[in-house]
Amino acid sequence: MSSPSGLTIAVPRGALFKDTVDLLAGLGMDTEELRENDRKLLFEEIGVITMRPSDVPTYVEAGAADVGITGKDVLLEQGGRASDHGEGRREVYELLDLSYGRCTMVLASKQGPDPAVEALRRLGVMRVATKYPRIAARHLEETGRQAEIVEVKGSVELAPLTGMVEAIVDLTATGTTLKENNLVVREELMVCTARLIANPVAHKLKAARIDELLERLRGLSTAGAPGAT
Amino acid sequence: MIYPIPSGTRDVLPQETGEVRAITDTLRAAFDRHRYGEIYTPALEYESVLARADMAEAQPAYRVFDESGAVLALRSDMTVPIARVVATRYTSSEPPLRFCYFAHCYRGVRPQRGQLRELLQAGIELIGSPAPEGTAEALTVLCRSLDAVGLKDYRVGMGDASLFPALMASLGVREPVRHGLLEALVRRDFVELGQRLHEAGLEGEAAELLLDVPQRRGGHELLTDAPAPAVEAVTGLRRVYELLEPDVAARVIFDLGLIRNIGYYTGAVFEVYDPALGAPIGGGGRYDELLGRFGRSLPAVGFALDVDQLHQALTGEERGTGLLADLRSVAQPAGEQVA
Repeated sequence: MSSPSGLTIAVPRGALFKDTVDLLAGLGMDTEELRENDRKLLFEEIGVITMRPSDVPTYVEAGAADVGITGKDVLLEQGGRASDHGEGRREVYELLDLSYGRCTMVLASKQGPDPAVEALRRLGVMRVATKYPRIAARHLEETGRQAEIVEVKGSVELAPLTGMVEAIVDLTATGTTLKENNLVVREELMVCTARLIANPVAHKLKAARIDELLERLRGLSTAGAPGAT
Repeated sequence: MIYPIPSGTRDVLPQETGEVRAITDTLRAAFDRHRYGEIYTPALEYESVLARADMAEAQPAYRVFDESGAVLALRSDMTVPIARVVATRYTSSEPPLRFCYFAHCYRGVRPQRGQLRELLQAGIELIGSPAPEGTAEALTVLCRSLDAVGLKDYRVGMGDASLFPALMASLGVREPVRHGLLEALVRRDFVELGQRLHEAGLEGEAAELLLDVPQRRGGHELLTDAPAPAVEAVTGLRRVYELLEPDVAARVIFDLGLIRNIGYYTGAVFEVYDPALGAPIGGGGRYDELLGRFGRSLPAVGFALDVDQLHQALTGEERGTGLLADLRSVAQPAGEQVA
């Protein structure tokens, strides 16, 4: 067993990467190569595989990684509420709120009179662009509004500026990008943070190792939390 | 021209059929050694009959009308049809009754997840044998069958479906809150479980127990220091454990949070895990109230193995060497590796 934790960990590239690597370093892992080599995907010596955040649940569900770290937004988009029974829900266990990577999922539209409200009133339906079609559809359904969801892959802010849609549902950390594009937050849907997830079989067969990891992560997060004594 | 078949269904060609047949023949012989009689039932049943059981997530997903307009459904498991058979065809037979089956069952699927709409199950039902003896017998047949097909590294996770509800009741969790907590636990979303406990105003020891107990997994030592509200369920598990022969007992790990996504389970529940596969190979448990819904109230226990998953686990164990074998000495996925 070369990996120090005895576990294979799926680590997200992108916005959560730095905090996640810091966390692993806090566990005593040698993360130097992980930080320096952004082309490499598989770091056998420390039991880490890297991928985009939305792929983390896929690898963990399949058992290719025992545990993984990804955003709550990803988990919600790939499954979410129990009322969605079955459909699309990833079979992964959500073990810990790691509390970093804090972002808010918001519904935003152009400054001034809300064009989404206008569209709803006059056309009975609002068009919403998002990278999170399921979260957006669920939210609008739960709040009783008819909406046409337009899925985009890149900068969502562009969609309302071109008049393609009246509103967007997107994740924002500081709100700067929204502001720069003359968009204002109309509703806050949920706060999303990084979560530790586990494969169901590994959760049983590697129970001791996973519990030890949990224990140490809990220790780290209380130690690092502001105001902790 | 290629004519497609529905996603989640498969054609099984001679090479694979041969391997699957070898597995099912071995299982059949093992079930037969324990005196379980093989049974066939129709794949199509009246929807209203199947609906007598609480299937939760495993409800029948495919329905058709017959020539007179009656709604028929494709069975989603074999436990419910066998409960029907016992209540209608064995109204006065002296229990216990022992049945085994090899049958295709039909489930709804999530797209692009490699899930099957039509899955081949191999299993047993032991009707009229209460806990702990009946449960111990079912676990014994389960382990002996898996030993017979040559699966090496499997473990059987065991918990009790009544444990968490009992814990909630005795810790004074209000009725409207219970459903949400159970829902979070069924999804094993412990973060949400914690949040819901907090929102419900549960603090201190009660909240701690509700969050901690279902996360306890391990050997039989887990059963000795269970908190008071869980004692009844845990005592039940210990009685089963004490009846197991050493080779079977050695396979068992306890998981106090184990809840299966089928609604009819009442007591001990179990799942089969193999390090070669990221998902359970099968599972089962006690369903002491299901038979009563069909008119013959008898305690019962059973299990079903997913034959294709078992096949995958066996091939996964075979090639359990390679690039990632060391890295992942326990949880080796059966799927393709990324390098």
